[in-house]
Amino acid sequence: MAKTRASKWQLATVKEIRVETNRVKTFVLALPEWSPHLPGQHYILRLTAEDGYQARRSYSIASAPERKNLVALTIERLEDGEVSTYLHDFVKVGDKIEIRGPQGGYFVWKSAYKSPLWLIAGGSGIVPLMAMLRHRQQLQRPVPAKLLYSIKSPEDEIYGGELNQLAKKDSAFTIRRTYTQKIPDQWAGDQRRVDKIMLQEELAKFPSHPLVYICGPTTMVEFVAHTLVELGMPSVRVRTERFG
Amino acid sequence: MHINPGFQGKRREDPEKAKRIPPGQHLTHDFPVLSAGPTPKIRLTDWSCSVEGLVQNPQKWSWNSFQKLPQKTYKVDIHCVTAWSKLDTLWRGVSIATLLSLAQPSANASHVIAECYGGYTTNLPLEDVMGDKAFIGLKYDNFPLTPEHGGPARLVVPHLYFWKSAKWIKCLRLVDKDTPGFWEEIGYHMYGDPWQEQRYGEDESE
Repeated sequence: MAKTRASKWQLATVKEIRVETNRVKTFVLALPEWSPHLPGQHYILRLTAEDGYQARRSYSIASAPERKNLVALTIERLEDGEVSTYLHDFVKVGDKIEIRGPQGGYFVWKSAYKSPLWLIAGGSGIVPLMAMLRHRQQLQRPVPAKLLYSIKSPEDEIYGGELNQLAKKDSAFTIRRTYTQKIPDQWAGDQRRVDKIMLQEELAKFPSHPLVYICGPTTMVEFVAHTLVELGMPSVRVRTERFG
Repeated sequence: MHINPGFQGKRREDPEKAKRIPPGQHLTHDFPVLSAGPTPKIRLTDWSCSVEGLVQNPQKWSWNSFQKLPQKTYKVDIHCVTAWSKLDTLWRGVSIATLLSLAQPSANASHVIAECYGGYTTNLPLEDVMGDKAFIGLKYDNFPLTPEHGGPARLVVPHLYFWKSAKWIKCLRLVDKDTPGFWEEIGYHMYGDPWQEQRYGEDESE
C-alpha cells in the first residue's frame, strides 16, 4: 500500500463526466499528487458545506493504473445518498473535489497473480472489477478471464459497449450476462438471478481453480461465495466486496 | 478544506446523537456486511471457543458449555472503518472479563490475537478487552447472530473500529507482543481508535 500519499487529502479537478446509465455516472478526476493504484482499490471523497459540515464516502476506482494522473470513479445515484445525489445533480466539469487514496488492500488484483481470473458482478458491483479488466488488457500476456455479470435490465448495464469490445479482441476473455428483471430484445441468454447451476457451469470451464472476485449487493455476494465453497472452491481463492 | 458550492448534506437530526459519531463517520440504520471472503458456515456441534497462549488455565468451551457462562445485555455504538456508525446496537453476550477470570492471564501477557473460523485474525492490547470493554456477542437485536454478521459468535469491541470485532471467533490467544492481524498486515492501523481516526497505518492524525 502506498504509504504517504494515500493518507493525504488532495484537491482533484473534475475533467470529464460520462453518463453510463440513468442512475450511474463516471467522474474522471485529475489529481495533483496521483499515485498508481491496484485494481479493486477505492478513493474516499469528501464534501464540505459552507458551514463546515462534511460528509465522505468511499468509491471504487474504475480506471486502470496505466491512466496516469487521472482516476475514474463510477458512482451510482442513490435516492437518499447524501454524497451521490450532490455529485450527480450539482457537480460539473471543472469543479474541485477533495479526495484521498488509493485505499484498500485485499480486494485487489495484481498482474503477478497467475491464476485464471473469474469476476462476478451484481449491478454497480462491476466497477472495481472493470478496473481489473482494464488493467489486464494492458498486460503483455494476460491470464484468461471470465466475467459473470448480473444486471437488472439492459438500461442498467454499465460499460456494456466497452466490455463487448474487450471480449471481441481477446479470445481469453469471455462474458456471461444474466438479466434479472428485463431482458434485451432478441435475448436468448440467461434471465434469472445467479444460481448454483450457472456457477457450476462456469466453474467447470476453468482448467484450474480460478481466483474469484465477487462484488455486488450483500445477498448476492453471500450466496455466490457460499455456493462456490460448496462447489469445492477453497475459501482463500474467493474475495468479496459487498454493498447494501 | 474545500467548500463544495450548493452542498447541504443531511444534517444530523439530533445534536446529542451527533456527539456520539466520530470524525469522518456517518450514521447508518442498516447493518452493512463487510467480510473479505465467504462466510464460514459453522455447525454448533462443531463450534468451540478457547482462551490460549499466555494464560495459567487454558480454557475451551463447546457451544453448550459456553451457553452456561453468565450473559449480559450490551447497548453499544459501533463504528466501521468504511465510515458508517450505528448507535445503540443491542447485543447479548459473555464478557471477555469472565473468560479471562477463568483463564488467568500470565503476568507477561500484553496483547490478544483473536483467531477465527475462516482464518481471520486481529490484534488487540489485552487491556482493551478487560473490564467489560469487550464481549463475545451471541445475540443481536434479540435474535441469534446470523452467519454474515459473525454468527454463531463474534468478538465485539465497541470502542475500536469494527474490524477489531472479529466475526466467527474461535480463539483468544494471549501473547507478549503486538503482531498485526489480517487487515493490520495490509495497512490497517494496529490499534484503530475511531475518535482518533486511526483507519490506516499512517493515520496518526488527519
